[in-house]
Amino acid sequence: MLLAVENLEVRYGTVPAVRDVSFHVETGEIVCFLGANGAGKSTTMLAVAGVLRPARGDIQFDSRSIVGLTPEQVAALGIGLVPEGRRIFGRLTVRENLVVASGLRGGMAAQKQTLDVIFNLFPILRERYDGRAGNLSGGEQQQLAIARALLTKPRLLIMDEPSLGLAPKFVDLVYETFAALRDSGVTLLLVEQSMRRALSLADRIYFLQSGQVVLHGRAAELAGRSDLEHLYLGGAAAR
Amino acid sequence: MNGIQLMVDALSLGSQYALVALGIGLVFGIMRMINFAHGDLMMLGAYALVVPTTADVAPPLIGKWPAVAMIVAITALVACAGILTERFAFRPLRHRQADGATLLISSFAVSYLLQSVVLLVHTGRPKSVSIFAELTRQMEIGGVRVALVDVVTIAVTALLLLAMVVFLRRVRWGVEIRAASEDFTMARILGVRADAVIALAFAIAGGLAGILSLLYVAKTGVLDFRMGVPLAVAGFVGTVVGGMGSLIGAVLGGLFLGVASSLLQALLPEALRPGRDAFLYSLVIVVLLVRPQGLFAPRDTGERT
Repeated sequence: MLLAVENLEVRYGTVPAVRDVSFHVETGEIVCFLGANGAGKSTTMLAVAGVLRPARGDIQFDSRSIVGLTPEQVAALGIGLVPEGRRIFGRLTVRENLVVASGLRGGMAAQKQTLDVIFNLFPILRERYDGRAGNLSGGEQQQLAIARALLTKPRLLIMDEPSLGLAPKFVDLVYETFAALRDSGVTLLLVEQSMRRALSLADRIYFLQSGQVVLHGRAAELAGRSDLEHLYLGGAAAR
Repeated sequence: MNGIQLMVDALSLGSQYALVALGIGLVFGIMRMINFAHGDLMMLGAYALVVPTTADVAPPLIGKWPAVAMIVAITALVACAGILTERFAFRPLRHRQADGATLLISSFAVSYLLQSVVLLVHTGRPKSVSIFAELTRQMEIGGVRVALVDVVTIAVTALLLLAMVVFLRRVRWGVEIRAASEDFTMARILGVRADAVIALAFAIAGGLAGILSLLYVAKTGVLDFRMGVPLAVAGFVGTVVGGMGSLIGAVLGGLFLGVASSLLQALLPEALRPGRDAFLYSLVIVVLLVRPQGLFAPRDTGERT
């Protein structure tokens, strides 16, 4: 088991955003989190990445507890996060964004191969290499955000709503990338809004509602269930 | 005073303020904390030039070393002092997720601590020290005599700024500082080590303060345990006027403040000159009323979709 989260509780002040979440990710899987806004998906991911400290529960990566580690220590262990809103460094150039991410594994010179893979996947990043990252379109920024995460050489790559606000052609590109990443041995944990995409891409799916897992299972099994839409939409309506 | 003299004078003071503002801005960018002890680091560098003594006349110590050795020693010494203040006054607080106000109070505490230590060792009486005596000469520009030390101050500042630009753009550590200034948490998610990047910012800020202490003492020849305070205030105001969070803004803000201060000093009617700072800071208030984000605030990086 690559990632195992047990009874995770995360609070903002005294308000629990995640109450009691347990899930796991096996090596080589694509696991999807579905749920309405405010269900606790992003909070869970930030806790795994070491950005938020859990109030309770345990997070194990490679059978080792990573609770209490700093974000940079978590990154060094091999967990990459493309957070909600992409958070590219808009005042830096595309190159400089990549330089920052390359530092963890020896810098740009040592990462020649990964860079080639990245430019192959996202040729626009090569074209806009010395341009200001803030001037990229939303889809291009998403590509840069994923490229940055790849440079940290993650074994587990977490992506929080990678398709949010993207034009359809970029969504397709991003999802093709996921398939390619899985084939190259990266384990993926995705937060997704679109159930259709989640069902078609993921191996397993967790449904979150009000900070708790209300349903989980293999995508192939869930795809046939008629109450799924209701559950998902019900959660959205309840917020 | 002749126009060229006035300009050299103004740019020299502006350069000093710009260096202070850059040091304060580097640390502020990442930590969102104004380090009021920054001016006192500069003061430490100045006092390291002389032998520690309570006597009125302090013989030179590092101040009598050859120029290159003196510059390297003072720069390194103050850079280390910067790292130490971060290590012992700020890092423990950061690791406990202390808020900005706590860090600010801590920086005041460091400031008073450093001043008090120097007060104990050297007493409160100002002391004189002479370094780079050859800089006290006058030189001629376009038939006008100007102080060599001012020209050197401007030139050294320009070189330091140029070096900083190259470092911040072409060296990975420099790029990491800029990334951490824009989104500290995101930089950490990508593996940038928080403690290392902050220590580096303090080291550079300290190094700049060290060089500034040499320029300052070369010009004034006076040591005073409170000499860093007005500089820290000027640097702080400079960063605010320039636009917090922008290093170029901080430098230009510091430059603006120094130039404006010198021009007011020269151009105000004799009777009003003692009130120069009242005019200067009225000007600062006007600037901030018109542009609360500062004169040179960074352009919006806005998330685009």
